[in-house]
Amino acid sequence: MADGTAPRKLIFKILRYNPKVPGDRPRLQSYQLEEADGMTLFIALNEIRDKQDGSLAFDFVCRAGICGSCAMMIDGRPGLACRTLTKSLGAEITLAPLPVFELIADLSVDTGKWMRGMSERLETWVHLKEGEVDLRRIEERMDPDLAEEIFELDRCIECGCCVAGCGTARMREDFVGAVGLNKIARFRLDPRDTRSDEDFYELVGDDNGVFGCMSLLGCHDVCPKQLPLQTQIAFLRRKMVSQGMK
Amino acid sequence: MKVVYTDVLVIGGGLAGLRLAVGAKRRGHDAIILSLVPPKRSHSKAAQGGMQASLGNVSKGQGDTEDVHFEDTVRGSDWGADQEVVRMFVNTSPKAVRELAAWGVPWSRVRKGDRQAVINGQKVTLTERDEAHGTVAQRDFGGTKKWRTCYVADATGHAMITAVADRAIAESIPVHERKEALALIHDGGRCLGAVVRDLVTGEVLAYVAKATAIATGGAGRLYRNTTNAVICEGIGHAIALETGVAALGNMEAVQFHPTAIFPAGILVTEGCRGDGGLLKDASGHRFMPDYEPEKKELASRDVVSRRMEEHIRKGNGVKSRFGEHLWLDITLLGEKHIHQNLREVWDICHYFLGVDPVKDFIAVRPAQHYTMGGVRTKPTGESPTLKGLFSAGEAACWDMHGFNRLGGNSVAETVVAGMIVGEFVADFCDKPENAVTVPVGLVQDFVEREKAKLDAIANRRGGEDPSVLKLEMQDLMSSQVGIFRTGEDLQKAVDGLQKLLARARNVGVRSAAPGPNPELVTAYRVQRMIKLALTIAYGALTRTESRGAHFRSDYPRRNDAEWLKRTLATWKSDSDTLPTLDYEPLDVTRMELPPGWRGYGAKDYIDHPDTPARAAEIEAIKASGKAPDRFALQQALMPFEHLLPEPLRGRNERIDEPF
Repeated sequence: MADGTAPRKLIFKILRYNPKVPGDRPRLQSYQLEEADGMTLFIALNEIRDKQDGSLAFDFVCRAGICGSCAMMIDGRPGLACRTLTKSLGAEITLAPLPVFELIADLSVDTGKWMRGMSERLETWVHLKEGEVDLRRIEERMDPDLAEEIFELDRCIECGCCVAGCGTARMREDFVGAVGLNKIARFRLDPRDTRSDEDFYELVGDDNGVFGCMSLLGCHDVCPKQLPLQTQIAFLRRKMVSQGMK
Repeated sequence: MKVVYTDVLVIGGGLAGLRLAVGAKRRGHDAIILSLVPPKRSHSKAAQGGMQASLGNVSKGQGDTEDVHFEDTVRGSDWGADQEVVRMFVNTSPKAVRELAAWGVPWSRVRKGDRQAVINGQKVTLTERDEAHGTVAQRDFGGTKKWRTCYVADATGHAMITAVADRAIAESIPVHERKEALALIHDGGRCLGAVVRDLVTGEVLAYVAKATAIATGGAGRLYRNTTNAVICEGIGHAIALETGVAALGNMEAVQFHPTAIFPAGILVTEGCRGDGGLLKDASGHRFMPDYEPEKKELASRDVVSRRMEEHIRKGNGVKSRFGEHLWLDITLLGEKHIHQNLREVWDICHYFLGVDPVKDFIAVRPAQHYTMGGVRTKPTGESPTLKGLFSAGEAACWDMHGFNRLGGNSVAETVVAGMIVGEFVADFCDKPENAVTVPVGLVQDFVEREKAKLDAIANRRGGEDPSVLKLEMQDLMSSQVGIFRTGEDLQKAVDGLQKLLARARNVGVRSAAPGPNPELVTAYRVQRMIKLALTIAYGALTRTESRGAHFRSDYPRRNDAEWLKRTLATWKSDSDTLPTLDYEPLDVTRMELPPGWRGYGAKDYIDHPDTPARAAEIEAIKASGKAPDRFALQQALMPFEHLLPEPLRGRNERIDEPF
C-alpha cells in the first residue's frame, strides 16, 4: 500500500440469488480479494466479476456517485457502492441487494420500475399554466434564492436508499417513501407548478403518503445526497394537516 | 416470436432520446424508448457545467448572440462542422433553455448588483444589471468569446434529465428499461426497427417501427481512461455500422477532457476553470499562459489537453505511484463559491480523492471524454443512406462539433437535436407512404440470426475471455489512439485490433445461466466494440493531417487543401476486418465562416484553394452595406432557417434585443 504496509486480504460475502435459475436459493457466497490503494466497491466488484465469477450481477453506471444506480446494503446499511472506499470498511464486507425493490439477481434490483410508479402516482412534473410557453420570448424571471431552494430538493438521485432504510416502506407496499415526499415538497415550492395544497393533499394526505411516516428518519440518515428529508417531511406534514382540517 | 409494434422506436433513454420521443408523441405518434438503464441514470446525468445558449443575461454575456455562438462553435470544430447545422443549433439553443425553464429546471439565476468573481487569477467585482435580475445566468467556458453557459450549480445534466424524464412520464411515453438493441432490422434501404434483448430475462424479441432513432450517446468505454459512464460502449454506433448501409462520420474525432481526476478518471467540470480555477504543475507554476497567451486555461479542450500532456512530457508532471498528473487549483474561488456552485466537484474530491478542494489542489490528467463522430445524418437527423433511421445527440454525426466540441455544447445538443429531429421524425411518420406492414419473414430472419449468434457464444466453453479482449482493446486505444498520434502507433493499433477481432469471433463464456448473464453481455458487446475501435483507429491512420482533437505528430498541420472532408465509415460484410472509408467534402464556397486561425492553438495550416475567394466574397457582402441588420447579413451569407422545422423558427428575444 501507499504507506508500505502489506495490502489487506478482503473477504466479500455477497448475497447470491438468480430467480431465473430453476431451483436457485438465496445464499451468501464468499470471494477473496487483495485490497489496492483507492479501491472502491465499484473496482472490487468488477475485479471479482472479471477474474472470479462472470455471473455476478450488480448495477453501476456513472461510478461517480451521481446516477444512483449502485445503491446496495453495505454491511447492512444502504449506500452507494461506487463511492464507498474499501478502506472505510472492515476486512470482511457483506453486500446484499436493497430490500423493498423487486430483485433482478444478486445485487441488482429494479428501482426504475418503483420510481416510475411513484412518479406516475404523484405526478412529479411541473403542471403548467394553460397555454404554450412562447420559446422565443425572455424566460419568466425567478428569484435566485428560490431557484437555489428548489435545486436543493431537486438534487434527489432516486437511488432508493431512503426507501430501503424506511420502516413504513417495509410494512406498506404503497408508501411513497421519502423520495416521493421530497418531490412533493419540491413542486410545492415551484411557482411554475399550478397545483395547490388541496391537490397535493389528494396525492399524499393519507397513510401511504405523509401520514404513513413514523418519523424513524432512517431516510434522513442514509440519504447519500444529504437531502434535508427530516425538515421537509415535518414541514409537509404540518401543511397537509392544516389542509386536512380545512 | 414476440413482436412489438410502435410508430417511433427510440433507442437510448438519455436527454436526446427522451426529448425526441416527447416531440414525436406530441405530434400524435406513439413512441417507445428502449433504455439499458432507468432514464435518469443515463450518462446525460453526468453533464456538470452547463449548456451553451446565447441569452446574454449576465454582464459578461452582454452582446452575445447566435452569431458569436456560431463562430465559437465553428472555430472550436476546427472547421470540421457542418455550418448550416451549427446555425440550426445556435438558433434553437436559447429556445431549449427556455423550454426547460418552463418544464421546471431550476436554472441558476442572475442576482442584480455587485458580486465577486475570479478572472485570470485575479479577484474582480462584476455588476449585474437590475433588469437581468431573475433571468437565467451564464458562466464562462473554454473556447467562447462571451459567458454563455447556462447552468444549475454543477449538476446541470442531472437537473435537465430529471425534468425531461419526468416530462416523458407526464406524456405517458413508455420506457422499456433494461432492454438492449442487438441489431437494426432493415432491407438494405429502409430501417424497420430492431432486434432487442431483455437484459433481465435474456429473451430476444423484435420491435418494428416506422421510424427508428439511435440516441445511445458516446463510446468512451473503447478507451481505458475515460470520463464516460460504464454503459457508454458505443453499441448504438455499432449496430448502425453493422447494417453495412448506414455510415459513421468522423469516428477518429475523439475528445479528451483536460480535467479528469487522477487516477479514477471521473470528470470535474470545465466550470472549475470557467469560474477561475488554474492549472498548475509539480512546482506549483501556472503553465497555460506560457503556451496559450490568448485563452490560457480556457482555450478549447483539445488544445488544453495537448498542452497538459506536452508539459508532462517536458518533465513537469507530478509523480505518483499511478503515473504522472498535474494540479487543478480552485482554492482561490473560496469556500462559499465551491459549496454553492461546485458542489459535485467537492463531493467527487471528497469521496474519490480524499481531499478538500477548498484547501487542496485536485490531481487531474486528460482522459477520453466525448465522441464527436457518430451515425452520419442529414440536417433532419435521418441517415442519408438508410431511410427511416434517425440519430440524435452524441451518437449522431449531425455534424455540429466537427473535430472538437466546445464545453457546454454537448448537453445543449442533446435537447436541441431532440427538439429538431423529433419534429422531422413526426413529419416522416405523418407521410402515408412511410407506413409499415410488419415484414414477418424479414423480422424472423433478423431475430433468428441474433439468437444464433448468442447461442454460439453461450454454448462455447474455453473460448476467448470477453473481459480480457475488452481490456486489451482498451489498452490499445488508450496507448496508440490517444491525444498524440503517429502513423506508426496507429498502424500498431489497427494491426492489434484486427487480431483482437479475429479472436473475438471465438469468444465464449463460463456459464450459460439464464437471466441477466453479465458475462454474455460483455461477450456480445466486445465483438461490436472492436469493430468500432477499428473505425476510429483506421480513420485516424488514414487522415494524414491534424484537425481539432485529431492530432498527428507526424502531420502537425491542419490541411484544408486535402482534408477538409468528413470521413464516412461503413462495414460492408461481416467477414471484413476493416471498415470501408469514403469521404464527403465540405464546401468552402457555401461557408458563412471560411477556414482560418481559431484564435488559439496552432497558427499554421494549409489553406483550401477556395478559401481566399470565399473570404473575399464575404468581405464584399459585408462592405456593400446592403444588409440593414445582423439578421439580413447572416441571411445573405448562408441562409439556414428553411432547414428548421416550422415551430422552431424565429428570433430569440434578449434584454438587449427586445421584441
